[in-house]
Amino acid sequence: MKEISLHILDIAENSVNVGADKISIEINENLKKDELLFIISDNGKGMDSHTIAQIHDPFVTSRTTRNIGLGIPFLKAAAESCNGFLRIESKPNYGTTLTTKFQYNHIDRMPLGDISSTILNLMIGYAEINWIFKYHKNDRTFVLDDKVIKDTLIDVPLSEPVVINYLKNLINDGIASVQEK
Amino acid sequence: MDTIKSLEDLKRIREEALAKRKVKETSGVVQVIVGMGTCGIAAGARETMKAVLDYIEKNQVENLIVTQTGCIGLCEQEPILQVVKGESEKITYGKVSPEIAEKIMKSHVVEGNIFQDNVIQL
Repeated sequence: MKEISLHILDIAENSVNVGADKISIEINENLKKDELLFIISDNGKGMDSHTIAQIHDPFVTSRTTRNIGLGIPFLKAAAESCNGFLRIESKPNYGTTLTTKFQYNHIDRMPLGDISSTILNLMIGYAEINWIFKYHKNDRTFVLDDKVIKDTLIDVPLSEPVVINYLKNLINDGIASVQEK
Repeated sequence: MDTIKSLEDLKRIREEALAKRKVKETSGVVQVIVGMGTCGIAAGARETMKAVLDYIEKNQVENLIVTQTGCIGLCEQEPILQVVKGESEKITYGKVSPEIAEKIMKSHVVEGNIFQDNVIQL
């Protein structure tokens, strides 16, 4: 993966696969603390401590098609090579929270990348899930909870052309408002 | 972001979309599924899905549902895109770059002709 936003897309998929219907993605870029943090939290079926300990192993995976799962091991290696960490907290029947930290100015830190496409794809591709996106950079914040959008649209699907346009602009404008100098 | 103004826009968008739907009720719903497992993402599936959404937006393609799925076990064929049109069988395409996605959207989704170049058998 060449972008942190691609890792986020990958990890969010894990939350979808365990029956979560509410997933929050929070990104925090804090230049003063020299850190880039993201937290993905879900209300899926959760894991016991034995399973949590196992998922860092590339030969442990929940998928049935292959017996290798590289998403978490790769992310962990990327974070640790940037003075960071990957931490997973979970409780059975409660949910899971995955926190990843990178040192912001580390020479090997990959860029955040196209986070806008990641969020747009998740909201449209998994429309039955309530996605909450929070993006902080220094003292600016953008929050988007798609529940209010879906409640307003009711039966109109998110892949309608006008809705795609609306969502894309909403997300892009929000991210730009946080990122602009 | 001005939430109230934005929600008003959204209500109007809903009405617009519903009006268009009434006209097109006769044609069946088409589903496009993009593989977004780790293998898919590493192969560029996010950009493939983005190309699908851009095509829908630019060409005002109605009655289309776009969803994602995880790994289906053909990692070397990723990015994978599947099209289900009404009652027809699901067609699976492999190595779908953003450019190929556009061609599939035009040829298969809009015009109804399977894009044979990239079809793969499951």
